[in-house]
Amino acid sequence: MTTTTKGRFGRFGGQFVPETLMTALQELEEAYDKYKDDEAFQSELSYYLKNYVGRETPLYFAERLTAQFGGPKIYLKREDLNHTGAHKINNALGQALLAKRMGKKKIVAETGAGQHGVATATACALLGLECIVYMGAEDVKRQALNVFRMELLGTKVIGVEKGSATLKDAVNEALRHWVTNIEETHYILGSAMGPHPFPTIVRDFQRVIGDETRQQILELENRLPDAIVACIGGGSNSIGMFYPFVEDQDVALYGVEAAGHGVDTGKHAAAIHSGQTGVLHGAYMYLLQDENGFVQEAHSISAGLDYPGVGPEHCHLHDSGRATYVNITDDEALEGVKLLCRTEGILPALESAHAIAYASKLAKTMSPDELLVICLSGRGDKDVHTISSALGGDLA
Amino acid sequence: MSQLKEAILKTTANGDKAFVPYIMAGDGGLEKLQPTILRLQELGVTAIEVGIPFTDPVADGPTIERAGERALANGTTLRKIIETLHGFADQITIPLVAMTYLNPILAYGVEEFARDAQAAGIRGVIIPDMPLEERDIVHPALKSEGVALIQLVSLASSSERIERLTKASEGFIYAVTVNGITGARQSFANELGEHFKKLLSYTDTPVLAGFGISTPDHVKNFGTICDGVIVGSKIVDSLANEDWATIEDLVKASRVAPVK
Ligand SMILES: Cc1ncc(COP(=O)(O)O)c(C=O)c1O
Repeated sequence: MTTTTKGRFGRFGGQFVPETLMTALQELEEAYDKYKDDEAFQSELSYYLKNYVGRETPLYFAERLTAQFGGPKIYLKREDLNHTGAHKINNALGQALLAKRMGKKKIVAETGAGQHGVATATACALLGLECIVYMGAEDVKRQALNVFRMELLGTKVIGVEKGSATLKDAVNEALRHWVTNIEETHYILGSAMGPHPFPTIVRDFQRVIGDETRQQILELENRLPDAIVACIGGGSNSIGMFYPFVEDQDVALYGVEAAGHGVDTGKHAAAIHSGQTGVLHGAYMYLLQDENGFVQEAHSISAGLDYPGVGPEHCHLHDSGRATYVNITDDEALEGVKLLCRTEGILPALESAHAIAYASKLAKTMSPDELLVICLSGRGDKDVHTISSALGGDLA
Repeated sequence: MSQLKEAILKTTANGDKAFVPYIMAGDGGLEKLQPTILRLQELGVTAIEVGIPFTDPVADGPTIERAGERALANGTTLRKIIETLHGFADQITIPLVAMTYLNPILAYGVEEFARDAQAAGIRGVIIPDMPLEERDIVHPALKSEGVALIQLVSLASSSERIERLTKASEGFIYAVTVNGITGARQSFANELGEHFKKLLSYTDTPVLAGFGISTPDHVKNFGTICDGVIVGSKIVDSLANEDWATIEDLVKASRVAPVK
């Protein structure tokens, strides 16, 4: 596909949405262009990020994890310490503040793991916005704790029974809700995906991860890291982490897709690995699909990585070779959970555990004078039932 | 002039209004496609919109989405639909319009799709998730086969945009009557008359109203402000229930000229 329309990252991205949404996207783009450099808006956002979310998050030297491999010094960017337990709040809060400036009183969002739903519900409670969250019925089951949290926060959670009843179907339903209620509603998309301008907006609200990391590592080590590893669902924690380093060619960037049962089993969520491209949810991107162009169900033990596509900027970073995309299976991710718990006393989200697991492999190929940063996108409290049953326990 | 536009103008020249039913290909099995199309043709519909099922139909409401799920469940694909249509193309005398999301066309191959669709009697294509800005992906291929690319115009579109959309749309202009997705509705906003006046002022291409139209009264009322209607969910439901009487009543409501 060779067109040069708005919102492209190389050949990827674009605005593949019903006509009714084009006006809403344009309105959003105009508002964002206006506020992204607006001092009052930025200082309001900074105020909440500092005093409410608890930023900046530490860049923590994981000494025992480092010792485990005898390789590079490993640092963890502790997004798990954010209010609500993951990086998702950075974007949810940013977009909720933007929606408020746009005069929107209602918010709709999708959620997979429930982390984006909880973050959005939280931002809406904080700012007095009405909130509806669509969530695949499968995910409602496996993330019951987060459903309850959203409801406590005053959000209406609607389970989606259609299709595969996971994240992609929740996005479909949220888009339909938005089309039907565009005048008063803003859609807070939860990852760096979807139609332009979402991939850019979400990246910009998440780049605080990479900006802080850059400053922190320079303070701590007086140089940039040699490698950075982050997990890829739609791609928001990773693009937020990568973006400030893209121009630094000596910093290797690794995005970790979910290999589920294994990339050869057909039960995985490794869209870039699949090599197929197509259009879903407003963007041209790498996409799990069959030969008829029908979108396939993704599979991952982590609900937040269970998405058949990947944000367009990552697709472009893959094509250009600037970032490297790898994958980690469910079982390897579980090992990553155990490893971080036992070496550092940190329970990572299953999503983030994919980054831990890949970093463990990578560390073995690196030397002690090198620096490796892992984006620890979230904490694993939400996953204890899933982890317990996967390890043969009966907590669930 | 495209064959599609010609067929609509022939209907309206008569004083009648265009009536375009939407069917979901493969709902009830692909073997139903031929008898359904031929019977609708016999009833005198102006054109038929042939829906292609898709896994993620974001512009569709529950009725069409469920019909699509049924079609997918029995193995329907764009390729099989085109093959089936091709098998009785010589009996089709009215234009067919394919309504498909973009991804199945991309997977098929744009040029190959345009060629095969034309050979199967498809004279127009509607792609609900492909806005004007992205139409160059498919337009050159469709154009070289003489297949019209129809744009949807929404109530939310700005005047400037409406003008561009109406000028670009081929065959007819698909005027979406609600802010929302497909599906039967009780009533419509009062300001629709003004909206349609504006649309008609920009173009001599016929303007058809679609989304939500589900009763003979709707058909009649829209007939007073534009060139005809597209009826989707109500037809899909009626076909699933083999309720041809309802379909006949809807078609009749589009007839203004005395029956000859
Ligand atoms: C903790 C955590 N990490 C990562 C992700 C994946 O999303 P993204 O790729 O947008 O960062 C999620 C999504 O729910 C999440 O909850």
